[in-house]
Amino acid sequence: MSRVLVGVKRVIDYAVKIRVKPDHSGVVTDGVKHSMNPFCEIAVEEAVKLKEKKFIKEVVAVSCGPTQVTETIRTALAMGCDRGIHVEVSGKDYEAMGPLQIAKIFAALAKKEEASLVILGKQAIDDDCNQTGQMTAALLDWPQGTFASEVTIDGEKVKVVREIDGGLETIKISMPAVLTADLRLNTPRYATLPNIMKAKKKKIANMKPADLGVDMVSRVEVLRVDEPPTRLAGVKVETVDDLVAKLKANGTI
Amino acid sequence: MHLHMMPRITSHYTIFPRDKDPRWEGVEMERFADEADVVIVGGGPAGLSAAIRLKQLAKEQEKELRVCLVEKASQIGAHTLSGACLEPSALNELFPDWKERGAPLNTPVTEDLFSILTEKYRIPVPMLPGLPMNNHGNYIVRLGHFVHWLGEQAEELGVEIYPGYAAAEVLFHEDGSVKGIATNDVGIAKDGSPKDVFERGMELHAKVTLFGEGCHGHLAKQLYRQFNLRENCEPQTYAIGLKELWVIDEKKWRPGRVEHSVGWPLNRNTYGGSFLYHLNEGEPLVALGFVVGLDYTNPYLSPFREFQRWKHHPFVAKTLEGGDRIAYGARALNEGGYQCLPKVTFPGGMLIGCSPGFMNVPKIKGTHTAMKSGMLAAEAIFPKVTAEDPASETAGLHIPEYEDNLKKSWIWKELYAVRNIRPSFHNYFGLYGGMVYTGVFYWILRGKEPWTLKHAGLDSAQLKPAKECTPIEYPKPDGKLSFDLLSSVALSGTNHEGDQPPHLTLKDDSIPVANNLAIYDGPEQRFCPAGVYEYVPLETGEGMRLQINAQNCVHCKTCDIKDPSQNINWVVPEGSGGPAYNGL
Repeated sequence: MSRVLVGVKRVIDYAVKIRVKPDHSGVVTDGVKHSMNPFCEIAVEEAVKLKEKKFIKEVVAVSCGPTQVTETIRTALAMGCDRGIHVEVSGKDYEAMGPLQIAKIFAALAKKEEASLVILGKQAIDDDCNQTGQMTAALLDWPQGTFASEVTIDGEKVKVVREIDGGLETIKISMPAVLTADLRLNTPRYATLPNIMKAKKKKIANMKPADLGVDMVSRVEVLRVDEPPTRLAGVKVETVDDLVAKLKANGTI
Repeated sequence: MHLHMMPRITSHYTIFPRDKDPRWEGVEMERFADEADVVIVGGGPAGLSAAIRLKQLAKEQEKELRVCLVEKASQIGAHTLSGACLEPSALNELFPDWKERGAPLNTPVTEDLFSILTEKYRIPVPMLPGLPMNNHGNYIVRLGHFVHWLGEQAEELGVEIYPGYAAAEVLFHEDGSVKGIATNDVGIAKDGSPKDVFERGMELHAKVTLFGEGCHGHLAKQLYRQFNLRENCEPQTYAIGLKELWVIDEKKWRPGRVEHSVGWPLNRNTYGGSFLYHLNEGEPLVALGFVVGLDYTNPYLSPFREFQRWKHHPFVAKTLEGGDRIAYGARALNEGGYQCLPKVTFPGGMLIGCSPGFMNVPKIKGTHTAMKSGMLAAEAIFPKVTAEDPASETAGLHIPEYEDNLKKSWIWKELYAVRNIRPSFHNYFGLYGGMVYTGVFYWILRGKEPWTLKHAGLDSAQLKPAKECTPIEYPKPDGKLSFDLLSSVALSGTNHEGDQPPHLTLKDDSIPVANNLAIYDGPEQRFCPAGVYEYVPLETGEGMRLQINAQNCVHCKTCDIKDPSQNINWVVPEGSGGPAYNGL
């Protein structure tokens, strides 16, 4: 009865130029092009591959947010997930939503759905937190295989090759487990039109965090959002002495 | 010329067919097919209005109709770009209750200014009622947002909208009539070979297919040839429009104000001008831009740099000073009008919107006519696709009633009335001759003069050789009012999957250096508003080669139009690629 939960996040498309809101409370999202977080695409692809290799029976795509996230769930369904769960979060709760709240939701869903694996992207490209997978594993008291660049199922265990600073680390963890996908894990397939059409018939269940016993209160408050400071032009120097003089002049040495 | 030293540029299968390519042997090429009653290519004002009208009729008459619309942009509105001052005539017909439905027409025009600019000064021209440019009763809109709203209305009515999927191929029945379209394949590598993720596009078959690709559509280009649709009209003429959105200092903001100018920095023989509209949507936002007729003759002209330097004119600079640029984009637009209208119906399909080209050039408005053409198409189609026996000679329905209805409609009257204004610029006095013509003949006779002036011919044939022309000294961008090309392109949000064949295909890879560079000094480096075309030195030292940065493309179509060798054939890249305009 192997079931995998995959998390998909709707983020501002990576090629779009971000604009900070005039009141510095956040970035402009209205009408801006959004897409599925690239690491989530890789997570979906891995889950669907595992299903195609018959290691698991069902892939459930989960996303948290307002109505628009159903588009992201549909893309996951078009890539091969069997059904979706839309956890409705909107307004102030959505703006304040962070890894801890998501982790609590995923932990509750993993238990509810009796999942053997939770596969997430290693991080989202908007907040770059890289915390959700780890927090989910901790809340469930499950092993975690993060930064996965290769995943192999071996009976009741999972062999995970992890990308770390020093190179590659191979670990073996028992299921149920949480995995987070890194860039080289796979190349995601396209969501083709016939599959998008078929995906319209697949079910997406709606629920609220309260239904899962999760309280969305955030312990983090965003005080201010600013553009990164404009990069100043560099200064070319002719000799090493010039370089030393300039570094002394601006207080670096 | 050592062709073998040149790296190959073009690898697209439209130039190098896959059935002769050994790398494609054994690859499954069958496509999944689905049937609809009507398929619409393009989610712009024309396509969406046609879809909406069809569903409205279906609801009224309690008939079932499957309408599918494909759009290459990732979301409806992401590839839409226009000034724009919307004349609500067609909208009033389509949705009389548009205000209750929340259509984003938030800025009624309150002030209408027209100027002739010189390098330092401004000569105001009174906007008398009756002049085509008069905007009383119109709204300044962010067309991308308006189109997005139309998309929502269409979906509510049950239209199946599929953004992110480009119509790449027209399909034909055995009898030669149009059967439908196929969407783009995905997963082809830059060198034209299949990747692991390769998948065929899908076929959408329909009783009738509407092509609403906007100005200079790539499938329309093919259909013109296939069905000889242009045999009785002049070749279409175009302009390029570049646009930016600025958040300005609140003190300078005049919501509802419309400003247009002609003159500086263009000389009297180059058609073009500017627009600057003050929106009224909460923050002090202005939409501004510059249009240059693509019949210009000097290959050293850069529409982008003309736009950037225009902003330094004292009258413009004073509005923009202290402001921030937040968006950029560009698109070609039609200038041909009445003389360039092709046949718009053929067995199995029809052309709607800016694709055949219903823009009223002196009014600089094409949205209302595009919408109306979509609505007329729908009204002509509906009885035929819902009839028990359509009594058609061909498998794809031929519905000439659409063309008849167009000719009886206000679109035709409007375009006929202004038909002589744009061609009147082709005289010794250029701009001034044209303005005199407009002031004298149009204002008094409203187009009733019995003659019809001709355009100058194909835009691509107008360039003079570089050696006969003087290079133009453009000022360097100052980074506050004017900007460089690459940072502008970044603001368009454009991107494409990098590992795919360049969609700017060349029929012959050797022509750019042999012809475009040799005779015209590579004008594509200057007329492309996205920096796609660059002539770079060969690695071996001697000579230059053309580098195509396809990822930058903003789908404006200018290169396909203006290439003096007509060697560039723009085709659709993988769906979802292209700009990410937000309310442009």
